[in-house]
Amino acid sequence: MPLLEIKNLKVSINNKKIIKGLDLCVNEGEIHAIMGPNGTGKSTLASVIAGRDYFEVNEGEVLYKGKDLLSVPVETRSREGIFLGFQYPVEIPGVSMTNFMKTAVDEHRKYKGLPSLTAVEFLKLMDEKKKMVEIQSNLTNRSVNEGFSGGEKKRNEIFQMAMLEPTLAILDETDSGLDIDALKIVANGVNKLKRPDNAFIVITHYQRLLDYIIPDFVHVLFEGRIVKSGGKELALELESKGYDWIKEELENK
Amino acid sequence: MKAASLVPQKDQLADLFDKFKTEICINDSPYVSNLRFAALNSFSVNGFPTQTAEEWRSTSLIDSLAPEYNFYFEPSEEKIDVDKIFRCEISNFETLLFTQLNGWYVYKQYPLTEFHNGVIVGSMAHAFKIHPEIISRHYGKIAHIDNNGLTALNTAFAQDGIFIYIPDNITVEKPVQMVNIVNTGENLFIQPRNLIILGKNAKLTLVYCDDSIKHQKSFINACSEVFLDENACLDYYKLQNKDNLSTVITNSFFNLEKNSRLNTNTLTLNGGVMRNETYVSLKGTGAEAKIYGLYLVDREQHVDNQVYADHIAPETTSFEQFKGIIDDNASAVFNGHIHVCRDAQKTEAYQSNKNILLTDTAHVSSKPFLEIYADDVKCSHGATVGQLDPEALFYLKSRGICDRNARMLLMYAFAGEIVNKINIGVLRERLDAMIIKRLKGELSICDQCVLHCKENDMIKFEIDMSKV
Repeated sequence: MPLLEIKNLKVSINNKKIIKGLDLCVNEGEIHAIMGPNGTGKSTLASVIAGRDYFEVNEGEVLYKGKDLLSVPVETRSREGIFLGFQYPVEIPGVSMTNFMKTAVDEHRKYKGLPSLTAVEFLKLMDEKKKMVEIQSNLTNRSVNEGFSGGEKKRNEIFQMAMLEPTLAILDETDSGLDIDALKIVANGVNKLKRPDNAFIVITHYQRLLDYIIPDFVHVLFEGRIVKSGGKELALELESKGYDWIKEELENK
Repeated sequence: MKAASLVPQKDQLADLFDKFKTEICINDSPYVSNLRFAALNSFSVNGFPTQTAEEWRSTSLIDSLAPEYNFYFEPSEEKIDVDKIFRCEISNFETLLFTQLNGWYVYKQYPLTEFHNGVIVGSMAHAFKIHPEIISRHYGKIAHIDNNGLTALNTAFAQDGIFIYIPDNITVEKPVQMVNIVNTGENLFIQPRNLIILGKNAKLTLVYCDDSIKHQKSFINACSEVFLDENACLDYYKLQNKDNLSTVITNSFFNLEKNSRLNTNTLTLNGGVMRNETYVSLKGTGAEAKIYGLYLVDREQHVDNQVYADHIAPETTSFEQFKGIIDDNASAVFNGHIHVCRDAQKTEAYQSNKNILLTDTAHVSSKPFLEIYADDVKCSHGATVGQLDPEALFYLKSRGICDRNARMLLMYAFAGEIVNKINIGVLRERLDAMIIKRLKGELSICDQCVLHCKENDMIKFEIDMSKV
């Protein structure tokens, strides 16, 4: 059974069709990269999986672990192992990282029937994960993303991912706006978290990230559909040739 | 027992005053008596405020004034052991605790405690009698009765309250805590009157709690006059945790001399109709006032904060920040008025009011207002009304946090900005816990003072807010 199976998904926002019949199958242990020009529905796809509600699913289905995902509330999706790394992480003044993560971890544990962590256990976990994503600053007293630099925000997403250990993580342009060092740290985080029983969907514009996170599959999303899939060499081809040849290929069909 | 019961109306109250004149004026010096008569005249002309007055446009007292209330002109003879109905359970929060029960100062031995360093704390009734010279220097000097019917009424009828006198150069180390309890089986109209005087370089922390224990209608019309002499420093926390049948009106007048500092924080957690009027007169150069407030209202509750900061002297500073969360059909009003006189150059005055409406039927009316006659000042004002940020909610929920806890985290963060301004650590932590309870809708089940909650085991919050 695939971890995630998307069949003929059609999604619109305010009657505007964004995703127009998308199929995707992700198995445990795989890393998928989704590339494509701006405005083709990459972020919408990520949002649909994570559970945003400002669009309408017109057709198709999304199965996660073999079960319908679209009717499941956002928080339950998270507790079931889905994680979205935000393209634009939200600043939440006044909510400390500690309270935020403690609440999240506790809710995940409660869902699994595990007792809450003690403060000491929790802080130990936080320290461990901070090291993993090379965060030096003291997060405890800082509000969620408030005053974080662009790079810090993205690293904070990876940190949260490390804390929650998802089964399916979708990283929505986590690499955009990162310098090469930050990019390596983000990629290292993903590689350390990769296990045979989880999967990653990495949405990116640049092949650069894929030098550090080696994908098993690369998909090209164009006008709301996956129009081409291949191995990691497809990313290199896109990098050197751009997207025009794919458009031409489509027109000639 | 000298008491009467009536529906409070202008003419009836004047008759009531006549009937109980002897009792009301029993401790008066001629100065205080004269003030009473002047105030009664003023009240007879103005009566209770109505919504035709601009500053009362959004708050109505009609329902609050409709029932019959009992008026007491001497303390109850019934011996109530205050310790039994109420016990301080905050560990490490050592205060000098004073209590008023149903509007009367409660004491075991001495109505006025005079400390060796000259500090006097105690019953206003006895201060009227024993310290007429201090009274005539300060009493009624800043509580203006002309345009304020309720202050006039209080001044006419006031018999008791708390009196605090701190001589020059004295720092009171322990916070003074004043608890004002209403505990009666009948409707009650009470008018506490407080006078707080800080001499030059004096320092005081005051925690003033309004609480009710039994569920009966009460109308509290309180008035406080507070004097800060040169370099004096006052932290004044006001906690309001009344039942839904209570009307609480407080009129607080502050007079700030040169380089004195006032830090006041009004936390309204529960009540029926609540109105706090705060008048701060920055009279001396370099005086600074921080005026903060937080209100959390739900059901049919109504809260109204009126703040008037008057910058009279140059180089004076005022920071005003009020925040509120309004749920269900509740309503809130904020009127902030900064007045900068022509000579008050180099004034800095900031005013902010932020509100979160949780429902479509919650209502807020906010009016920040600046009136500036000096030309070299820094002033700003602003007001916001909004909902919880849906993006932030989604972000929290996308990490597995349920809707309820996500909302709680955001509301707590919103309120936290004001709570964090409390300088007493233990009080801040305790209030943190109370606010979480309040946001969860669990506070009304224990209509106890926020500091004296009888439950030993506080309901555990799923969110561990301990500052780890």
